[in-house]
Amino acid sequence: MRQYRKDSLTFRYRLVVRCTLITGLMTLLLSTAIHAEIVHRERSLYSTILVSKSGSNLCLQFSVRRDQRNQSCMNTRYPRRMVFAYTKMTMASLMFVDNPSNILVVGLGGGTLPVAFRELFPTASIDAVEIDPAVTRVAKEYFDFNPEPNINVFDQDARVWTKRALTKDKRYDLIILDAFNGEYIPEHLMTSEYLSETKRLLTSTGTLAANTFSVSKLYDHESATYAAVFDQFINFQIPESANRLVVVPGKELTDQELLDAAEDWATRLKPYNVPVKKYARRLVQLRKKAPDWNVNARVLTDQYSPANLLQND
Amino acid sequence: MVNLTYLLAFTGGFVIMSLELLGGRVLAPYFGSSIYVWGSIISVFMLSLSIGYLVGGKLSVTRPSFARFGTIFIVGAILLYPLVLYAQPLMEWVFNAIEDPRFGSLVASMILFCIPTVILGMISPYSVRLVVETVSKSGEIAGRLYFVSTLGSALGTLMTSFYFVLWFEINTILTMLSLTLVLAGVTALLVHQAGQRATVVN
Repeated sequence: MRQYRKDSLTFRYRLVVRCTLITGLMTLLLSTAIHAEIVHRERSLYSTILVSKSGSNLCLQFSVRRDQRNQSCMNTRYPRRMVFAYTKMTMASLMFVDNPSNILVVGLGGGTLPVAFRELFPTASIDAVEIDPAVTRVAKEYFDFNPEPNINVFDQDARVWTKRALTKDKRYDLIILDAFNGEYIPEHLMTSEYLSETKRLLTSTGTLAANTFSVSKLYDHESATYAAVFDQFINFQIPESANRLVVVPGKELTDQELLDAAEDWATRLKPYNVPVKKYARRLVQLRKKAPDWNVNARVLTDQYSPANLLQND
Repeated sequence: MVNLTYLLAFTGGFVIMSLELLGGRVLAPYFGSSIYVWGSIISVFMLSLSIGYLVGGKLSVTRPSFARFGTIFIVGAILLYPLVLYAQPLMEWVFNAIEDPRFGSLVASMILFCIPTVILGMISPYSVRLVVETVSKSGEIAGRLYFVSTLGSALGTLMTSFYFVLWFEINTILTMLSLTLVLAGVTALLVHQAGQRATVVN
């Protein structure tokens, strides 16, 4: 009985602490939302582009809705320091890559990833595909994105671009898929056919990382689609982020090799604020985990891809 | 007979817009889903329908009958169905021949959707001819037929975009549209035969 009372007291105490924390966090969030100053706003063919500044963070957003997450943020004081967990998580894919000479990034955003890759691999040729020319322009104008040297930006639909790239026999050692901004999903970029085409763009030791959805019914369908196309992938999720990253490793690493790779990368990734050692430990855990999605979910194909409807379901 | 004509006009409207909406899905893997893809599709549909109206109207002048009306539906179904089988190789061909996705999508829409849509466009003016009996009522009847066929279009758009794509594969929906047209055509043919038999008996 005493034990019970004590437990319930602890529970109550914890609840109070938790409530206080949550209220505090919400106030903080609200105040940053209020203090965010809109620097630039434009309606492009594909979305509403907002550039907002709050403190030292400059953010690119694709929606006027406050609850929509920012697409890309830059810390103006420390431009290399990555702001979002999913961007940092994407960098974890580097552990599976040996000195890539060709890199493809689908979805430019503020240009954070291509620029980081150029710094890390100065001799690599980097292709970035971005459907919205206005996004490319905003990246250049507000986020100090300069494609020169080594980055080629293609303002094209990624599906069309990929099909053309295949006819030109292009191959990449590292491919990053980051084309979804949360509000509207280009459904033809989520099908098994698109993933197969992208898979064919990989070299035999090429690695792919895709920033995708971790909520709603779409999670099951998307996971099933990746499972149908790739023999194996790591479903990389961390508690701090609502995003998940699908990592298709280009080479097989034992647990120890993966941890060693993280050790090697730690110093190089430090300026980007990427906790790569922590990520490696997480990846070691996660790749042993059984699928946490409905494995019988219908695979998304060019014939069946109601991604936007499934997301709202 | 009159009510059946309205029902068939409604069906025609439904199929046309369902097909148009699926057009975007069919083209996306090769040409993307940008505004110019929709521009291509809508232009081709408008152009095809305009030709269909012209031809359908002309066709209704000589010996209009339910049999001929039903034949339009069946021919439409026959020309729509190849989309299921040949859309992909045709788009592959256009994709390789034309680099610019704007003109690529325009040419592909032309090849894929022009012919069946011309046929489906013939339904509206032909149905006007079947229902109109006096000149004084012609405007009212044309209005009513536009009303039901456009209502069908609205429903076709809504059902396809809200539900069909969530439940079925594109090719399944296209097959269903084709079968719906066959069903509509056969009904018209049967009604025509029954009408003739009745005339003979009388």
